[in-house]
Amino acid sequence: MTEQATGAPRPQPRARTGGAQPQPATVEHVTGAQSLIRSLEEVGADTVFGIPGGAILPAYDPMMDSSRVRHVLVRHEQGAGHAATGYAQATGKVGVCMATSGPGATNLVTPIADAHMDSVPLVAITGQVASKAIGTDAFQEADICGITMPVTKHNYLVTDPAEIPRVIAEAFHIASTGRPGPVLVDIAKDALQARTTFSWPPATDLPGYRPVTKPHAKQIREAARLITEAARPVLYVGGGVLKAGATTELKVLAELTGAPVTTTLMALGAFPDSHPQHLGMPGMHGTVAAVTALQKADLIVALGARFDDRVTGRLDSFAPYAKVVHADIDPAEIGKNRTADVPIVGDAREVIADLVVAVRAEHEAGNTGDHTEWWQQLDRWRETYPLGYDHPEDGSLAPQQVIERIGALAPEGTVFAAGVGQHQMWAAHFVKYEKPATWLNSGGLGTMGYAVPAALGAKAGVPDRTVWAIDGDGCFQMTNQELVTAALNGIPIKVAIINNGALGMVRQWQTLFYNQRYSNTVLHSGPDAASPENRGTRVPDFVKLAEAMGCVGIRCEDPAQLDAVIEKANSINDRPVVVDFIVHEDAMVWPMVAAGTSNDEVMAARGVRPDFGDGDD
Amino acid sequence: MSKHTLSVLVENTPGILARIAALFSRRGFNIDSLAVGVTEHPDISRITIVVNVEELPLEQVTKQLNKLVSVLKIVELEPGSAVQRELVLVKVRADNETRSQIVEIVQLFRAKTVDVSPEAVTIEATGSSDKLEAMLKMLEQFGIKELVQSGTIAIGRGARSITDRSLRALDRTA
Repeated sequence: MTEQATGAPRPQPRARTGGAQPQPATVEHVTGAQSLIRSLEEVGADTVFGIPGGAILPAYDPMMDSSRVRHVLVRHEQGAGHAATGYAQATGKVGVCMATSGPGATNLVTPIADAHMDSVPLVAITGQVASKAIGTDAFQEADICGITMPVTKHNYLVTDPAEIPRVIAEAFHIASTGRPGPVLVDIAKDALQARTTFSWPPATDLPGYRPVTKPHAKQIREAARLITEAARPVLYVGGGVLKAGATTELKVLAELTGAPVTTTLMALGAFPDSHPQHLGMPGMHGTVAAVTALQKADLIVALGARFDDRVTGRLDSFAPYAKVVHADIDPAEIGKNRTADVPIVGDAREVIADLVVAVRAEHEAGNTGDHTEWWQQLDRWRETYPLGYDHPEDGSLAPQQVIERIGALAPEGTVFAAGVGQHQMWAAHFVKYEKPATWLNSGGLGTMGYAVPAALGAKAGVPDRTVWAIDGDGCFQMTNQELVTAALNGIPIKVAIINNGALGMVRQWQTLFYNQRYSNTVLHSGPDAASPENRGTRVPDFVKLAEAMGCVGIRCEDPAQLDAVIEKANSINDRPVVVDFIVHEDAMVWPMVAAGTSNDEVMAARGVRPDFGDGDD
Repeated sequence: MSKHTLSVLVENTPGILARIAALFSRRGFNIDSLAVGVTEHPDISRITIVVNVEELPLEQVTKQLNKLVSVLKIVELEPGSAVQRELVLVKVRADNETRSQIVEIVQLFRAKTVDVSPEAVTIEATGSSDKLEAMLKMLEQFGIKELVQSGTIAIGRGARSITDRSLRALDRTA
């Protein structure tokens, strides 16, 4: 490779004035820090999760005086990031987190990467060392713009205080429009300290950022034609539908076409689980009906979904008979993994609304599909291979039952936030999601430790709703310190620890693929504890831990007590509640498509390969 | 695999070269050559990237590039309808016997002798990579002491300018 870098960076872009930009009303003389807080107020950020430190310190002074921005002091920056994500996913607004330079900023990297994978609108504000010290390996210096370049939608380094209002306005605009995502704003300490002027709204300048939201009419007509012609269509719905607020339109389209619907892990709640056309979730741990419907479909209509490997399994054998209509706001997703026969770039809400009109036109022209035979097949798969689980023979709690009962007893509108692993899949399977923004999880990055801080952020955003974190004992030990934040800030979340004493999902793979050699997946300290002095004790004792952090701690080991314990937890609303559900360690997540295999190889349960009666088994 | 020349117009913001180079490496695309420079508009830089990829991955890399906020426009320049040039500076061993032969080769390729010393001749040449390759092959026999080569830069033939529309877009916001 040859490289020629003749274009020296010019950090001072041309000042732009006049034109179509709105004229600011008044000019305030402030510090950069005040300008930052004023900008956050004007852009509508009502909650910021963060921790102060040296470089960001100037910003925390005017923060104290702001009546419009509430700052929630977390215990670890990762918690701030996930809390902002949970806030964003529950409210639909941009989540905001703040940290200092160096380690503060690098601790935000995981939640930023998480938000990037799940397209969550997030603005992360970090302090940076003074501009003169940048590049000198100064104390607590880290090149956070460089570090987060691959995991942000965009990022800024601000060294001129005059740029702060424009950058904050642009950051919120970029984070929340098009395909949402995280934007990092790194501000040098001297820019926060310097005197500057503030006026709102600032003139923004984004000539290279023009997301397409309006779908192409010709593509919509072509899609509608395929939809009405198809014998075995499936609506494959992804998180984009939730982000676009298109659930009402989706229901209309689904009922109009009569096509089955499958909602991905990121889209649970986009289509009511109770709806007769809902097949459940697709993918590695999807329902047999959803996985098989995609495999046998002659048309897949992908709406705000990205053909992730956890959905497709082995790509070369995924949905071999299907034509694909792929609608997404991000043109780069279309054709990335699976070739699209009809590509549609646009906002899911506009796409689906236009599809409804176009499908109606096809219907009026007499082209209505007949899906009777398709539904007969689908219903047979659904009836033969429903989601289910066994109760442990020793009388201990089945984790699936715990989650199912939490779902059943939850007040209307409850928001669920899951960690990553078996409990996440069971929470996807056994809680019924009827409405959008009731299911928060780390889908793309698979970040263990997401649940507690995300639940905290969600509850801060929608304080009137019950928020349950469904967590594993492994996940819980990564971020449980944010329960202190919840207790001290009056954010009464509820946490269910699905405590199987193991890193359950990894253990499941060891059971299935590593000859039951449980290398480093045992967490519990029960009778089989590794060190003799801990046998028979609980380390950590989650009940005591919860109490130490200012929460109510409850333990539940007996299925007979299950409902009573959950109801007790539901009744406590003045403090966070942690319930330590001791569940059987051998429970596994089914159905399952083993990694790297074809979705044709879906196993309904261990050793149970569904018979589709098509002779190719 | 085939070579494609992309002209990428970018806002002249700090770190843009790093953004583009990092995007190529993390998505697994190899850059054959890369050249950055100013354009007729002071706020816009033009990056010429030569990549060796199939058609489908090229579409993906173009789409990913387009997602960068500072990227204004991407145009693929087809070899037939664009002028592509590289610059090479080469220091060739020379003595009283070989110097005239070297100068002859320089003239043959319409290159220039830019520096002469008793032991060496330094040559400047521009052209397509094929032409430069041929010239270097001819010079090899004398002994190449040092070689430096630029990335390819390219411009479309005819009156149309790829910057026109981007500039207009920029002016609208101004």
